[in-house]
Amino acid sequence: MPMPSDEIAALIKAAIPDATVEMEALVDDNDHWLARVTSAEFAGKSRVQQHKMVFAALGERMGGELHALQLHTSVPN
Amino acid sequence: MSDNSGNTNERISQIVGDNDVVLFMKGTPLFPQCGFSNRAVSILDHCKVQFESVDVLQDMEVRQGIKAYSDWPTIPQLYVKGEFVGGSDIMMEMYEAGELQQMLDEKQVAKAE
Repeated sequence: MPMPSDEIAALIKAAIPDATVEMEALVDDNDHWLARVTSAEFAGKSRVQQHKMVFAALGERMGGELHALQLHTSVPN
Repeated sequence: MSDNSGNTNERISQIVGDNDVVLFMKGTPLFPQCGFSNRAVSILDHCKVQFESVDVLQDMEVRQGIKAYSDWPTIPQLYVKGEFVGGSDIMMEMYEAGELQQMLDEKQVAKAE
């Protein structure tokens, strides 16, 4: 089941409140998304840890419903 | 379903330990079965590194087991010298920043023929 982008963004923001989340459709099928997540919480963490924080926000959906979510994390400038 | 998770963990651990660079992926390097796996293979090819691959589609135990082993929900997954590097997005970010090549050089892994 595809997941709408605003739902994905809302889940990420619920777990990482200061995050800005930009969603970009990679394919116009409501299923292939790129999420650009920027948060001060990522500071000092490795890329793996940053991605894991986002995965934690998405819970079991990641790798299941969200099999085609591309992820880009960064710390605000 | 029987609980083979301990066994599977051991198998994964051996694969990760026996190979300097190993990519758990869907399909094979010649015929990747998903865009993310395809991207991961292309990145490693560009880095001219010799790597082993494991097709998780051929092994359901490893397909599930690797997610728990790495605490990472998606495939592909890259390991270098026993260390989990990340999935294809992290590989791409590192590749673009020159960090992946640097890491492979520093760890002195074998070059592709």
